[in-house]
Amino acid sequence: MATRTIAGKEVQVNDEGFLTDPAEWNKDIAIAIAGEEGMGELTDAHWKVVDFCRDAAGKLNGKSPTLRQITTGTGVTTKELFVLFPKGPAKKVARIAGLGKPEGCV
Amino acid sequence: MAEENRHIAFICSKGSLDMAYPALVMGWAALGNGIDVTIFFTFWGMDMISEKRIDHLEIAPVANTSMKMGMMGVPGNLGIPNLMGVVPGMTAFSTSLMKKKMAEVGAPPVREYLQMLVDGGAKLYACKMSADMMGLQMEDFVEGVIDVVTAGDFMDLTDGAQMLFI
Repeated sequence: MATRTIAGKEVQVNDEGFLTDPAEWNKDIAIAIAGEEGMGELTDAHWKVVDFCRDAAGKLNGKSPTLRQITTGTGVTTKELFVLFPKGPAKKVARIAGLGKPEGCV
Repeated sequence: MAEENRHIAFICSKGSLDMAYPALVMGWAALGNGIDVTIFFTFWGMDMISEKRIDHLEIAPVANTSMKMGMMGVPGNLGIPNLMGVVPGMTAFSTSLMKKKMAEVGAPPVREYLQMLVDGGAKLYACKMSADMMGLQMEDFVEGVIDVVTAGDFMDLTDGAQMLFI
């Protein structure tokens, strides 16, 4: 298992760059990863999605929920979700929230 | 990034309920992973975008060698006999069974699923020859269909894309 330093904190990551221990995550890490992903500042709408995923991951074995679980769970529409996390929201949300890739196809 | 984004194109040629899902599931997965998606609907696949047909896609048990009674909890490899499959109501029965099974795995109905793809940025096109053959026009299609195009237009629209025929 590789480690890397994000926002001044050493964390464990897998070969795709996802954090492997959700407990090592903090908000500064989320902001730093969002920067790496080429996204601007994280707004309240972004945090609403990230917070939901963090909560949901407790019941999902540390994995990020699927996009449909996010839209039904947060009330954020599919369109908004793809604007907030452009070009691949499924992976992007998981990475920023410090969770594993979603398991599930919907 | 100067590199061009990965692009996947689906050709949907089937109008049965079971064959509507592959492009929806894989297209949705592609969008979630940041891959561009284009879908071309042709022949029976026109049912997937037809306002009149989209909510009424069916699956017939006749000659369907994979649809076993195991789906209904009957053990073993017992099939639905073809002779029984022709009984009125059997297509409706297997359709409702499949809809129930899809709902159990969290897959939304075709109309809603297709809308999710459109909202996620998928580009939908209808086949001109099929539209002419079936007497369909833009107003007959669900929201999200961009245009009625020829096969040649579709080739231009999907230059460099990976292609899947369903």
